[in-house]
Amino acid sequence: MSAPDLDELYQSIILDHYRRPRNFRALPEATGEAAGRNPLCGDELTVWVKVDGDTIDEVTFQGSGCAISRASASLMTAAVKGKTRAEADALFTQVHAMVTGGADAPAPESLGSVRALAGVGRFPMRVKCASLAWHALKAALERPAGAVSTE
Amino acid sequence: MSALAPRGDFPLLAAQPTLCYLDSAATAQKPRAVLDAERAFYETANANPHRGAYAPSAAATDAYAHARRRIARFLGVADADTMLFTRGTTEAMNLLVTGWGRTHVRAGDRIVVTRLEHHANFVPWQQLALAVGAEFAIAELTATQEIDLDDLRAKVTPNTKVIAFGHVSNAVGTINPVAELVAIAHGVGALAVCDGAQGAPHLAVSVDALGVDAYAFSGHKLLGPMGIGGIVVRRSVLERMAPYQFGGDMIEFVGDQATTWHALPHRFEAGTPNAAGAVGLAAACDYLDALGMAQVRVHERALIEAADAALHAVGGVRILGPSESARRSGVVSFMIDGVHPHDAATLLDGAGVCVRAGHHCAQPLMRSLGVAATVRASFYVYSTAEDVARLVAAVRSAQERFAID
Ligand SMILES: Cc1ncc(COP(=O)(O)O)c(C=O)c1O
Repeated sequence: MSAPDLDELYQSIILDHYRRPRNFRALPEATGEAAGRNPLCGDELTVWVKVDGDTIDEVTFQGSGCAISRASASLMTAAVKGKTRAEADALFTQVHAMVTGGADAPAPESLGSVRALAGVGRFPMRVKCASLAWHALKAALERPAGAVSTE
Repeated sequence: MSALAPRGDFPLLAAQPTLCYLDSAATAQKPRAVLDAERAFYETANANPHRGAYAPSAAATDAYAHARRRIARFLGVADADTMLFTRGTTEAMNLLVTGWGRTHVRAGDRIVVTRLEHHANFVPWQQLALAVGAEFAIAELTATQEIDLDDLRAKVTPNTKVIAFGHVSNAVGTINPVAELVAIAHGVGALAVCDGAQGAPHLAVSVDALGVDAYAFSGHKLLGPMGIGGIVVRRSVLERMAPYQFGGDMIEFVGDQATTWHALPHRFEAGTPNAAGAVGLAAACDYLDALGMAQVRVHERALIEAADAALHAVGGVRILGPSESARRSGVVSFMIDGVHPHDAATLLDGAGVCVRAGHHCAQPLMRSLGVAATVRASFYVYSTAEDVARLVAAVRSAQERFAID
């Protein structure tokens, strides 16, 4: 791995969300909740959503993990808040394609700050860290509670 | 410190001169002598051992038997037929738990393990306890991840049938006091079972002198090929064990309704064996004995002392396990303040430094440490002071990247 790849992986927006995660709290009034675990490295997080009609009013998370998994979760909460279910689904699909698509995967402008996760594409061992919170989000939107694994 | 063994002896390291391989506790690099021995078996003696009356089969049988004697000698085992070949430590423990445990541990008996164990020496015993309704007790550790012998003694009750412990912890490097553990086990008539996966490669081991009832090991961690290892079991225990797998080679006579078993060690080695792997592992024993296992230990001790001192000088690094090198094998397991182990491993990899970040197949230990993972650097005969310097430099640059600006 070259230094520029590491610079891209650990760019300042990632480090900022790692140190000061947004929406990092439990959500007692949640309508959906899911836990995500990465058995390989022990990352664990819980995502809560509050959906009103079709709109995601609130989304929060808590847990422990590496910089990539925590920053990804934090970016995710900021990105999907206020979106409809369908919009969140579309975002999930785009992020998934971006982080699993290898070094040259598309990183559409429309993803906004979530594009900071594009650097993960060059680190196949870290894809699960980046996708953990997104899988948990999907599960939280689909069912009231339960665990989701990236395995 | 220069290397104890020349880097040029190891084709993978020779081909990648800048690679800083610090994951030998996971698997060791292989010297050319081992690869050559495996290849020579296939080129000069390949036939199915034990099965043919013709010359090559006899040569294969001889090579396999010779390898067993050579490896037994390396491990300080006088009775070579009590050393059974397996794929490695994991299969060895499953063999013992199935062959001995299932017939000797009953409801109401107790199994004692320690919190340091690798999953290979934890889960099989835990599952045995669940299956037969035995008690399962875990001896806790001191603040420096050494077995708390007082806690162990308190948990070893008269109904204890087995104490299973590692020789050396793969996760934090603790060297366990085997003689004392054996005495505690034998004091209540329990079996003393030792996971030697990290003992055999790094310490001068005499299984006979250790006095354990069983000692398991993996060839790939001691410069040998993957897929070969074994377990030494006291003969009196072996003779009361049920076969682990059934099939060819392990039988004496197969009747329509019943079968009798072949002599030791064949009774426990069903099917075509990994003879080439055994030959390769015997070559690894030759290689290590030529270096001298006492020298291997001296070399690794010097490396962990250098690494400990340098990491302490950097600051912000917490090293786990015993601080005295006399009680720790060639492992430096640590946490960097503010840098998650997984991020550390990626950053170190970026500097060409291969370390392991994770739970090291020791989740019960990680739970008691209150962490999900640690960073582990582990050394072997080809490791040098330069490897230590590169590790330390990479740790420093990881800290800088994560420093609050
Ligand atoms: C202490 C210890 N026990 C058991 C094992 C399992 O060995 P293997 O995977 O070769 O079966 C290992 C290594 O992975 C180990 O370090």
